[in-house]
Amino acid sequence: MTAATTSHHPEPAPLGGRIWTPFTGVLALLVVIMLAVLATRFIHGIGAVTNLSDGYPWGIWIAYDVVVGSALGASGFTVAFITYILNRGQYHPIVRPALLTALFGYVMAGASVFFDIGRYWEFWHIFVPRYAQVNSVLFEVALCISAYTLILFLEFLPAVLERFGMVRIRQKVDRVLFLLISIGVLLPTMHQSSLGSMLLVFGPQVDPLYQTQLLPLLFLSSTIGMGLAAVTVEGSVTSLALRRPVEGDLLAKLMRVGQFLAAAFLIMRFGDLAARGQLGNLFVARPLVYLFWVETALFAAPVVMLLGPAGRRPSRFFGAAALLAAGGMLYRIDAYLVAYNTGAGWRYFPSLGELAVTIGLIALEILAFIIAIRVLPVLPKMSRRAAPDPA
Amino acid sequence: MPRTLPLAKTTDPLDGVERRLGMPRRDFMKFCAGLAAAMGLSQAAAPAVAQALTTAKRPSVIWLHFQECTGCSESLLRAEHPTLEKLILDVISLDYHETLMAAAGHQAEEARLAAMAANKGQYILVVEGAIPTGQNGAFCKIGGKTAIELVKECAADAAAVIAIGSCASWGGMPSTSPNPTGASPVSEILGKPVLTIPGCPPNPYNFLTTVVHYLVLGKLPELDSKGRPTFAYGRLIHENCERRAHFDAGRFATEFGDEGHRQGWCLYKLGCKGPETYANCPSILFGDVGTGSWPVGTGHPCIGCTEKGVGFAKPIHALAELLTVTPPTQFARPAENQGKGSTLATVATVAAVGGLAIGVGARLAKNLGNQPDEPPAAGDGK
Repeated sequence: MTAATTSHHPEPAPLGGRIWTPFTGVLALLVVIMLAVLATRFIHGIGAVTNLSDGYPWGIWIAYDVVVGSALGASGFTVAFITYILNRGQYHPIVRPALLTALFGYVMAGASVFFDIGRYWEFWHIFVPRYAQVNSVLFEVALCISAYTLILFLEFLPAVLERFGMVRIRQKVDRVLFLLISIGVLLPTMHQSSLGSMLLVFGPQVDPLYQTQLLPLLFLSSTIGMGLAAVTVEGSVTSLALRRPVEGDLLAKLMRVGQFLAAAFLIMRFGDLAARGQLGNLFVARPLVYLFWVETALFAAPVVMLLGPAGRRPSRFFGAAALLAAGGMLYRIDAYLVAYNTGAGWRYFPSLGELAVTIGLIALEILAFIIAIRVLPVLPKMSRRAAPDPA
Repeated sequence: MPRTLPLAKTTDPLDGVERRLGMPRRDFMKFCAGLAAAMGLSQAAAPAVAQALTTAKRPSVIWLHFQECTGCSESLLRAEHPTLEKLILDVISLDYHETLMAAAGHQAEEARLAAMAANKGQYILVVEGAIPTGQNGAFCKIGGKTAIELVKECAADAAAVIAIGSCASWGGMPSTSPNPTGASPVSEILGKPVLTIPGCPPNPYNFLTTVVHYLVLGKLPELDSKGRPTFAYGRLIHENCERRAHFDAGRFATEFGDEGHRQGWCLYKLGCKGPETYANCPSILFGDVGTGSWPVGTGHPCIGCTEKGVGFAKPIHALAELLTVTPPTQFARPAENQGKGSTLATVATVAAVGGLAIGVGARLAKNLGNQPDEPPAAGDGK
């Protein structure tokens, strides 16, 4: 086969190759464990597998799977924004993998909500206007995330249509793609900031270190950073696993933006703490404060690591991205679970069942990503130098 | 110490009240304040009420009885509030009332006609009982006239028409199926809405307050769509019921004399119609004898007597339609489980996943460091 590419970049193409390897086998096993736990959850109720209580009506399924999952899924809208709206065509090769990562992140978020809500059989109510409670932040988040997941499906649709040779439908989809992309850039800014607003509603139940009017802005800025970090990590790992060269230039540039956002996040956060007179509370010995400093270190590390020309090295920007993503993750889990305190006596730590579902969902995401890049045109076509077995 | 100071002005109209009603001034003022409160007026309105009761010309009242049990009149007279019956007779000029008037026969009819002529357009017409329309109204005749003719004749020049009791208000018990006499409410006979004080019997204070409202403010009180004064019928019985907390907590009596019934729990499951009946029974109670003196207070479910389609229509033990909230199906336990903390297994799992992520990340970073930095080569995909 020859590289019959007329465009600037190599066209995306399915990788092909074996799907079942020991690595994917382990992933599938984790998914099976998750399904067993979920069966228990749906037969015996949510109390049978989770540690949720009236004081902690949401746990890791919401704090990690929904809040962190959708934040990592910000890769889709940030890359789409840079590529299509800022018109930086050179990022085109990473659009599809980014959209795919986002799609899986959001499907995971949606699935977790479905597992978490008591009356899951009324899930469809979110799309029916007469059930809407338009003053609710949670409603805004739920509707916006649901809508964006649909948009992501449509944005990714050309890859599927291409694979199955449905040229005419693809042309039709292409004609409205600009609209989908613009909605797809707008929606996440709405619900990602609303995920912060949701904590505002809890008022004093959220620790003063975390409870601030800046929550929506902090969530939005760290989300974009996490999205860029997710693309970078995913791009680096894919290249490494498939023994392809890293898209070093592109990813390094993305992480420059990530570096800027991490710095902005830290400045806003400390500025806000100073303005609210909370700086003194950063030196009180208690678990939340330790976690705060770990977060701060995780956000500060990428800023330092990416300084100067050394920041363009793959190991540097990969490390920086991984730490930035971890920082965003920890910030969200801390804000939603650790800083959230309903009153004396209430406590929460995820049960084994909850952990099994979260781990299973992550495994499912990775598994689905591996299968998708093997059977669908996601990654740009290029020569590989060695055997394609990942990990 | 004398009850009245010697310096009291002899021109004070309240002096007359004391003599006329046989009621101490203090009691009279308290009574006026109570009426003002029932109308939703402030305490400051009490003097205005007293003024109206003592100085205004007593309005002439014509009181007609049709298909009824006279329970409304009885409850009005049996009210235990001190001197209330005197007040009724003194606040208003009751010129025609078949049960109470001494006159009989032609004398009684003359009194009615004379009062109507003398107070044309000024008198208040009170109708107690439903009006039979079957057989051209032959089921009820007074002085040779059918009930229909009497109502129309008396209503023609009345300043206001008040239907007292459920029968006059919406048909009441006589109108229940199969209704052989064609019992109908006053509003249907007159073809226009009238002020209604439904209830079987209605609370006398609801009637009295309405009349005093008319005397003090010169107009009838605010009415709901069924002609009922909103001060008395603006809220569901359910809303102010003393057993409401039991409803909200899901504690119901399920049969008479069971544990819940003895404990005074909610009577909803015994068919209490409080949730669909508008009346102020739980707020002002009956008979002036204190707490619990109303049907639900004594342990019987409300039968919804004020409400058309509920009272005498629905079976007494049929469940009420809940117009506001439905009772919750699940309730918090007395001691709520406050959640579970970490266990060795969960912490170990989290630590393992975290450790794995850090390990893989470090390994990947190391491998990336060994990557040769070369541009991607477009070419063979297989």
